[in-house]
Amino acid sequence: MAQLKVNPTRMELKKIQGRYQTARKGHKLLKDKRDELMRQFLEVVREDKVLRERVEAALSHVYGSFSVAGAVSDPQMLKEALMCPKKDCSIDVSHKNVMSVIVPVFHVAVSENGADACNYGLAFTSGELDAAVSELSGIQEDLIRMAELEKSAQLLAEEIERTRRRVNALEYIMMPSYLETIKAIKMKLDENERGNTTRLMKVKDMMVQAQIQQRRQEDDDSEET
Amino acid sequence: MYKIGMIGDWDSVVGFMALGFSVFEVSDADQARTVLHDLVKSEEYAVIYIVEDLAARMEDELAKYKGLPLPAITTMPGIRGSTGYGMTHIRTAVERAVGADILFKE
Repeated sequence: MAQLKVNPTRMELKKIQGRYQTARKGHKLLKDKRDELMRQFLEVVREDKVLRERVEAALSHVYGSFSVAGAVSDPQMLKEALMCPKKDCSIDVSHKNVMSVIVPVFHVAVSENGADACNYGLAFTSGELDAAVSELSGIQEDLIRMAELEKSAQLLAEEIERTRRRVNALEYIMMPSYLETIKAIKMKLDENERGNTTRLMKVKDMMVQAQIQQRRQEDDDSEET
Repeated sequence: MYKIGMIGDWDSVVGFMALGFSVFEVSDADQARTVLHDLVKSEEYAVIYIVEDLAARMEDELAKYKGLPLPAITTMPGIRGSTGYGMTHIRTAVERAVGADILFKE
């Protein structure tokens, strides 16, 4: 693992120890965030899967009904009948914060200008068309909810991927490199300390040696006189 | 208030007119790209549905809008039936987030 290029001093050691503590705390927090995001994501995806299966099944039925309606009446008539809807479907969007991911929440607002749901005259259209349209109205809520869930899933998936990268970077790159640097600096400082002690011992030895030499010299001089 | 858009071939989208969706009939993927781009740019649409077989041919365009908070672009089966594209999409999202497909495994 790459060791940081820093001077082996006590000050750097303290600085890097501080950074290591921060990285450890951040790692723990991000890991918790990732786990919670994952839980939320799986919940969303499970619901979405059920919904999609239901919508797809219902849609194939609706398309069948529309085909029948198209077959029994003139296609031009069908187009005309559906062209100017009485209903106006719009969406109110609010936002929800899921672990700092902003996901949209849709509220459907249908304004109907008239008493009945049918937006065409009944005289020229077939009963099959009525059935098809009412079936489609039945799955409208599911369709909107599905769009909402899929968008949430997309946004959550991206955030999870990002968070996972961060967690891994901290766990496998940053923290080991800090630890290694701390170890290297400590070793270097210890080595300096040992070098110092040895040098002091050596100097002391030399001084003692010199004193002995001097004492001997003095003794020799006094014997001669 | 936002609108709901629907892009696809005529047979698939005609019914959605009755629901009050804004329906855009397109004949090929290039046209769909242009329409989608315009709809996203207008910022009037919160949800845009695209018929699956068209969506499969314009994945790069869809990927562009993935990160945006709005609109929610969702695929749905067309008149020719489900191609499984939507489900594959969910599966890919799960694989990307979790690292393995843990929901659809039979």
